[in-house]
Amino acid sequence: MSKTTEGQDKTQQRHNGFSRRTFLQGVGTGSGVAGAAILTPDAEGSPAAGDVMGPGEVEITLRINGRNHSLKAEPRVTLLDALRNRLDHTGAKKVCDRATCGACTVIVDGSAVYACSMLAIEVQGRDIQTIEGISSRGMHPVSAAFVSNDAQQCGFCTPGFVMACKSFLDTNPNPSMADVEAGLGGNICRCGTYVGIRQAALEAARNMKGGRRGD
Amino acid sequence: MATNYDWPAQADRSLIGRRLNRLDGPAKATGKAKYAYDRNPEGLLVGRLVKSPHANARIKSIDASGAERTPGVRGVVLIKDIGDELQWVGAEIAAVAADTEEIARDAVENFKVEYEVLPHIVHDEDLNKVGNRAKPGLDNTEGDPAKGFQEADATHEGYYGVATITHCCLEPHGNTVQWKGEKDITVWASTQAVGRIGADLAKNLAADPSLPKVSPSDIRVITPVMGGGFGSKFNIDSWGIAAAKLSRMTGRPVKIMLDRDEELKVAGGRPSWYGKVKVGAKKDGTLTAFECESWSTSGMGRGSNPSGVLPYVFTEMPNRHVRHIGVATNTGPARAWRAPRHPQCAVVSHCALSDLAEKMKIDPVDFFKTNAKFTPRPDVYRVELDKAAELIDWKAKYHAPGDPASGHVKRGLGLSIHTWGGRPHDSECRVTIEPDGTTTAELGSQDLGSGTLTVIAVVLAETMGLPINQVNVKIGDSKYPPSGASGGSTTVGGVSSSTRRAAVNALEKLKEKVAGDLGASSADEVEAKGGFLRLKANPKKRMRWAEACRKLGTTTVSEMGKQPDRDGGKLADSGVGGVQMADVSVDTETGIVTMNKMVAVQDCGLIIDLETAESQVYGSLIMGICAALYEERIYDQASGDYLNADMEFYKLAGVGDIGELVVHMMTGVYDDRGVIGLGEPPAISPQAAISNAVANALGVRVPTVPLTPDKVLAALEKKGGMA
Repeated sequence: MSKTTEGQDKTQQRHNGFSRRTFLQGVGTGSGVAGAAILTPDAEGSPAAGDVMGPGEVEITLRINGRNHSLKAEPRVTLLDALRNRLDHTGAKKVCDRATCGACTVIVDGSAVYACSMLAIEVQGRDIQTIEGISSRGMHPVSAAFVSNDAQQCGFCTPGFVMACKSFLDTNPNPSMADVEAGLGGNICRCGTYVGIRQAALEAARNMKGGRRGD
Repeated sequence: MATNYDWPAQADRSLIGRRLNRLDGPAKATGKAKYAYDRNPEGLLVGRLVKSPHANARIKSIDASGAERTPGVRGVVLIKDIGDELQWVGAEIAAVAADTEEIARDAVENFKVEYEVLPHIVHDEDLNKVGNRAKPGLDNTEGDPAKGFQEADATHEGYYGVATITHCCLEPHGNTVQWKGEKDITVWASTQAVGRIGADLAKNLAADPSLPKVSPSDIRVITPVMGGGFGSKFNIDSWGIAAAKLSRMTGRPVKIMLDRDEELKVAGGRPSWYGKVKVGAKKDGTLTAFECESWSTSGMGRGSNPSGVLPYVFTEMPNRHVRHIGVATNTGPARAWRAPRHPQCAVVSHCALSDLAEKMKIDPVDFFKTNAKFTPRPDVYRVELDKAAELIDWKAKYHAPGDPASGHVKRGLGLSIHTWGGRPHDSECRVTIEPDGTTTAELGSQDLGSGTLTVIAVVLAETMGLPINQVNVKIGDSKYPPSGASGGSTTVGGVSSSTRRAAVNALEKLKEKVAGDLGASSADEVEAKGGFLRLKANPKKRMRWAEACRKLGTTTVSEMGKQPDRDGGKLADSGVGGVQMADVSVDTETGIVTMNKMVAVQDCGLIIDLETAESQVYGSLIMGICAALYEERIYDQASGDYLNADMEFYKLAGVGDIGELVVHMMTGVYDDRGVIGLGEPPAISPQAAISNAVANALGVRVPTVPLTPDKVLAALEKKGGMA
């Protein structure tokens, strides 16, 4: 750890209402963390009942875009925070952090999921696909359709929408407009790009016929 | 001869006005674009805020020791101190920085504050319940309203309103800040004002004598992309200052991005607006008098001021009395929201006008056309009203209030109009042409997602006669020449003007270099077209761009362009109008309003990139549908708490909620006016137009927006239960 600044004068200490010294003295004492309570014994990929993980960091291995990544994180760390904060996979965005907006969408074992609402430990051993993965060999047809239909403005919802759209088209290769509206209903855009998104989904479906779908 | 910077004539344009994909689209659509939230510099600490749980309270004591002792916590700074008053739920008290976000959250839990709880008021809709929180503001009379009402053949009185909404930027407010050494500060900011953040931060740090004196030029601000602002992201804010202090304290970079709850509670808010309106007109519909007593809250501030905007757009009508009251409430402070005051004033005005028209059995389109003479640009509105009516098939579909069709689903049409300035902001641009042909524009501007980067590239490439993929644009960094903040639809005019001038100036230098080789006696005889420099008189006499640039030898051309520039011609303007019409269905059993179709006809000056311009209008319609049907900040008076500070209950439209949208840009017609901003104007009309459509469908007014099912059913019940 790095130390706090030595240059703090008394004015600053008074302003802060406490002393830096008490802070330094305090660091290192233990704290109880209740993260392990979130675990359910029957959760897929989790240890058997009685094999309690945490509190404190545990070794986690995630299979992301076909490669294993090891990291240390507390059991309460979400898949999204593991991706963004531990592995620098920042394509998935943190917006609502409550499974509402879809900006964090990734694909786990072929299904679109909200990465903000899964724990990293529960997706161990499963196949996690992110926007970085589907973009590793050039633009995916879904991303390309988002570009050509201007289905993005600020772009913060876009990676999540692209992943949701890819997952949707993988299982609905010939969607109608109504299908698209229902299938992408789990994602939210604030700038108002839905007209482009509807067109992008339909265009991507056309362009992916017999093309790049399984990756 | 003075340099001619004028935009090329329509026939000479190869890129301007075309539909071009945004250039940063691929980076965004592949997850490669790095936002402030995505910055993870080595050694990063994550910060979180300690916030007030009370709507109004004074801090009695602070005990930070629990937070400090939390293992993994590296620093704590106070934002408020003992004795300070906290005037809304979520008000920032302190910030902690820790090794991980989880630890930082624990530390916030362990941070103890004692409060003296004070009385609060969080609701503003009922003026009778706000006591001394009502602060009279504007009271303005023009002409003789009493006489105007005497002259009227018909009058109407009504009550209309708009709830407070919040910006709900998907990338929350925040920054990643790295303070190295004494005064080397980098701020990766989610901001609309790259050029302003440094000065804002420096000013705030100067208030703390324990810190080294930092000047704005010591602070580098980096914002290549940002995840939405809509008027709410102009300042460094308490959390940005705290991140800088924590970085100084710890020697490590610190990221503080608001969580969703904070984003909705403290970082965005468009003032509410409620108004009692009386309006009178002659038999032919000509307005004779308008009276409005309105009130609004912008948190603890004094509220908005409707000076000069009522009755909205029809501001040149005679006999007006406008009185406005600001209501101080213990709610999150207001921030600018696309077209401040205009959307609310459109609802208060155009709902009343539409109700009067329908009471007089005059088609609202005719009523608005009759009164277009009271707008700043009558001919523009008349043409646009006709065009919008055609696109929504108004004549065939319009009926008197109350859809006569049988069944419980009623359909209706409504309209509204809008106006906005959008003058160009100050901007400087540097264009360089290197001997290897590399051509680059640099501006300390930012792209909010509106297409700024793409617009600059179009202007540069058009001027140089190059394909768009052969120019570079560098923005989003305070090391580039300064450009204004992006607010009020001022960016596109500012950056396109400065870029045009810099590009023309740079091209002049290149022309001078090659004129002799082309057999020209002066640069004026040379033009840049299709990737060549060539003789105007003999286009076959030409030189490829790269070859021409080699003539520069070892010298790089570097020229500036500025906006404003009195000698640089007029490249941008302000002042546009627009008309929007909505077609809705209302289920009278459930109260649910469904969008069938919406039409936007938008006056726009010279369009640089048609695709991103249209996207601005589509986006405005969709944001407007959100605000018209779903969005509402809900407080509980008993607890003073903000009940829906999350995206589950602070509702936004989804992809299936918008119906058919039609955007018609009045391109070509007003090109000679130059470039005019589009961020605000189309965001103004949707709520009024949709409210009018619902009133037309039901034959009863749902007085306040959003038009949620409970309010629709309440209005129907008042009418007698049936539409």
